[in-house]
Amino acid sequence: MAVQRPFEEIVAAHGSVVMRVCRALLGPTDAEDAWAETFLSALRSYPTLRPDSNVRGWLVTIAHRKAIDQIRASARAPRPTDWLPEAVATEGNPGSAPDTELWAALAALPPKQRAAVVYHHVAGLPYAEVGDLLETSEAAARRSAADGIARLRQHYQEESPR
Amino acid sequence: MNATNTIDELLPSVSEPDPDTVARLHTRLVEQAEDEGLLDVSYRTLDSPVGPLLLAATPAGLVRVAFDREGHDAVLAGLAAQISPRIMRSPRRLDDTARQLDEYFAHRRRSFDVPIDLQLAHGFRRNVLTHLRDIPYGSTETYAMVAAATGRPAAVRAVGTACAKNPLPLVVPCHRVVRSDGTIGQYGGGQAAKRQLLELEHAA
Repeated sequence: MAVQRPFEEIVAAHGSVVMRVCRALLGPTDAEDAWAETFLSALRSYPTLRPDSNVRGWLVTIAHRKAIDQIRASARAPRPTDWLPEAVATEGNPGSAPDTELWAALAALPPKQRAAVVYHHVAGLPYAEVGDLLETSEAAARRSAADGIARLRQHYQEESPR
Repeated sequence: MNATNTIDELLPSVSEPDPDTVARLHTRLVEQAEDEGLLDVSYRTLDSPVGPLLLAATPAGLVRVAFDREGHDAVLAGLAAQISPRIMRSPRRLDDTARQLDEYFAHRRRSFDVPIDLQLAHGFRRNVLTHLRDIPYGSTETYAMVAAATGRPAAVRAVGTACAKNPLPLVVPCHRVVRSDGTIGQYGGGQAAKRQLLELEHAA
């Protein structure tokens, strides 16, 4: 029988990508709660996870559910104005400006496009898995991500002409 | 630089958490996991005169002490298989053990007062370990004496195995068991470490 690796290794290997997904979906403040909820939930069911499972996909799936729970709990979609000032304050380094701008652009996307962009381009999941997460087909997931990227590009061309 | 490149370059690394944030999240996760009873094994490492030590505990007590030469990652993988994969680095539960070990190496402590969990040793091996805890600081017994004390005088070789597989070296003092011919005998931490510990205790 194959055996699970110590959970510490799972946090070390995937903690960063889960944090980035939570931030991109929820903004930095709510992201920390979602991150903690995700790993607590993962720790609870970890002993029964099949050892050959795709751990990153499993974690992103849990993070996806936790993010939806939080958005529902707050009874409104997060708006960039809710968390952008904190984003600047907590990161507090000169390199964070493009990040902040990208968050704003991501937050302005329709939810499905934002999720597809985050799961494929930030979390690195293949479109088949993105489709499973969003309860849609691989092709539809690919299309949502492409539409989202197109909007982000448009946003950048409008907001920051060079 | 055009907008297309900017987005393609930014997205894969968006919001990478800095090390302070990662550490803070880790601490919070471990505390919540402990509070909710989800952490089956906690561990930390400790620098010592016999090299880096791995200390691991279950909620019942100290369950494993490992030397560097055993490979800490391999030991943790073994604990995942033998006890539970719900294992996280958590200094809090092991700070008291670490402090007592520091005192031991500084000649300020002769016995350990921490709860221990002997679930990794069964049957005869466990009887041997129980006896080892009664060998006083600064003295030694031979493998044959330990075999006799545990009621199986012919089981000298099995005592050797029980000592070699002691999951709690230092705290359960298998280093105080030596060969009948006066030589030092094997040790999980290496013979040099065993000699160092015996000299430390004799010097006190």
